[in-house]
Amino acid sequence: MKVIAAMSGGVDSAVAAARAVAEGHEVIGVHLALSSNPQKYRSGARGCCTVEDSHDARRAADVIGIPFYIWDMAEEFHEGVVENFISEYAAGRTPNPCLRCNEKIKFAAVLDRARAMGFDGVVTGHYARTRESSIGKTLHRAIDNSKDQSYVLSVLTVEQIQGAIFPLGDTHKVDIRKEAAERGLFVANKPDSHDICFVPSGDNAGWLRDRLGSEVGPIVDQSGKTLGEHRGAYTYTIGQRKGLGLTVPSEDGSPRFVLKIEPKSNTVVVGAREELAVNYIQGENPVWCGPAATSQETRGYVQIRAHGEALACTYSYRDNFLDVNLDAPLFGLATGQAAVIYDDDRVVGSATICLTR
Amino acid sequence: MSIYLDHAATTPMVAAAKRALADQMDKLGNPSSLHMYGRATRKDVEESREAIARAVACRPSEVIFTGSGTEANNTALKGLHWLRANEKRNLVVISEIEHHAIFDPAQWLADYEKAEVIKLPVLASGEIDLAFLRKLVTERGNEITVISVMHSNNETGTIQPVAEIVKIASGAQIPVHCDAVQSFGKVPLSFKDLGVTALTISAHKIGGPMGIGALILQHGLEIPALIHGGGQEREIRSGTLNTPSIAAFAAAASDAASAQAERASFVSKLREQFIAGAKAAIPDLIVNGSGEQLPGIINLTFPGTESDTLLLLFDAAGVACSTGSACSAGVHEPSHVLMAMGHSQVSAQSSLRFSLSYLNSESDVAEVIALFPSVISRARAANL
Ligand SMILES: Cc1ncc(COP(=O)(O)O)c(C=O)c1O
Repeated sequence: MKVIAAMSGGVDSAVAAARAVAEGHEVIGVHLALSSNPQKYRSGARGCCTVEDSHDARRAADVIGIPFYIWDMAEEFHEGVVENFISEYAAGRTPNPCLRCNEKIKFAAVLDRARAMGFDGVVTGHYARTRESSIGKTLHRAIDNSKDQSYVLSVLTVEQIQGAIFPLGDTHKVDIRKEAAERGLFVANKPDSHDICFVPSGDNAGWLRDRLGSEVGPIVDQSGKTLGEHRGAYTYTIGQRKGLGLTVPSEDGSPRFVLKIEPKSNTVVVGAREELAVNYIQGENPVWCGPAATSQETRGYVQIRAHGEALACTYSYRDNFLDVNLDAPLFGLATGQAAVIYDDDRVVGSATICLTR
Repeated sequence: MSIYLDHAATTPMVAAAKRALADQMDKLGNPSSLHMYGRATRKDVEESREAIARAVACRPSEVIFTGSGTEANNTALKGLHWLRANEKRNLVVISEIEHHAIFDPAQWLADYEKAEVIKLPVLASGEIDLAFLRKLVTERGNEITVISVMHSNNETGTIQPVAEIVKIASGAQIPVHCDAVQSFGKVPLSFKDLGVTALTISAHKIGGPMGIGALILQHGLEIPALIHGGGQEREIRSGTLNTPSIAAFAAAASDAASAQAERASFVSKLREQFIAGAKAAIPDLIVNGSGEQLPGIINLTFPGTESDTLLLLFDAAGVACSTGSACSAGVHEPSHVLMAMGHSQVSAQSSLRFSLSYLNSESDVAEVIALFPSVISRARAANL
């Protein structure tokens, strides 16, 4: 096949591209420039869109022996990912920008462009697997559970999965580093990137305050009594315990947690841990990675964080909403996150959490 | 297929230059040394200087070797500015379509030397607006330290009215620098006849090696240097002379000069063939730059495409071309040249430069044109 390999400048995408070549594909490496104003150098383990990263990607492509280009996706990234990140926080929800980036950029803007140019698909260094089965090409967890990225890929439609190639899903990360070294890819020892690539300082709250202001508002208990002040409700996450700065102790002395964020009144509601217990999740705007779920109650697993646990549940889909009943309660669950449904290791689909009880 | 249509970026070394380079590598001697080894390489340097002087019609002593065309531009613009700048005279005049090797030193003079910089606008043809310059010199001529306008533009190939500019400037005794990197060897170029104060040329655009250029600077004019040291090159450009590259530069310059007219007429025909074929294949394309043109540069706008996509598709098909504009962090900036000519950002980013040389053939052109329909239609589909 003729494929585009998205190369971030990190070790995973470099090995993925090399493996695609070894499998006999005709591969062209592409680095996505996602920031119109990139930093020159990487600071630690953050981000993947510095000038240095694009240089690393180019050198990896040289070593592999494939053509290399840089595609400017800064505008698409800003509109589809950064603005969404800000507006979700402003609305009191907790977004996952990596998932949006896969949905809007890597497997949309890039894949669409690649297809129009005559390529068959896009290779990435994600830890996930695809498989041909009786229900078509399906998306599955990687064998390295600690690195599995199927969660952030759960927004891919059947059409997009069709064009996705994940060469790393059957390998453990340690072996990828070894393989990179054997292949002469000097990115073998480059640190993994964590955090959010467009917040190079790693200070999410500060970054959001710069964009959304830091209007002071009350921190209240469930009865509405003011316990303290905050500087921007959106910098909190449901379930958060640290950094509340409350001086009034709770009646029984137990710690308080963020229960609710009310963006309109700029209020943060706190309370006891028990209040965070969630048994039911409702999701909106679902994407199905295979056949859509039905109104029939089905047993499966749900995952609500990128590296969270798979929780046993019963799910169904009716009236445009995904309903998930958990076998055991879960504590602290932010709306805006994706609820991803698994059938064993197969990704069934995902929906954005809009309501919890 | 493998067809190279990016000769304005760089072009293959000619045989004579390769030979000169190899010969020098067997020689020992710093041309500044006084012993027989030094005398021998000094002789080669001076013969090279004379050959280049013949090719550009200047005196040998007017040739100052530099490490690139970029360095020659920096030396000229900054040096001529420093020479004359004072409280009342602090205005640097360049054009909107200069190469970054003039744009950026001018910006540096603004940032670090508090110079005022005015960029001459261009007409839709791509030629600078002489009326604007005339008015500027009339009103503020006594404030101008230097005027720098290129001989021909590297993106569009449009030749500039340099003789006219010199006429306007000389009335007010303003020195004129001219970046002739793209014109040298391609069209007749005479330092003497142009009457400019300084002129930049570079070896690798004419079949010489990369990393060697020259500033032609009027006899007797001493400008402050950028690089200080051993006092070579009229104390304007210190540093041990790069004898192998200088010898190869001279060989390439002689080669280019000897065949200039013949090659220009051949390449002009290829250019005509290319443009006619392109227009027939893509009727709505726009040819950028009119008036007097270099023989080898063709700049085309393909509405509804993105140049990055076009480049990838042509590259994949074995055709090397470019946008001709600068990259920032690997991403093409919309061309300031095309924008100055009235393009929008979008249409500037739908443009490509094909630059031909005498090494190309009619069949190269025909093969590339045959790719146009499929490449352009895929690029249009990919422009989502
Ligand atoms: C018009 C123009 N000026 C200056 C330069 C720079 O010359 P060099 O590559 O020798 O630094 C170039 C070539 O890139 C050019 O086209």
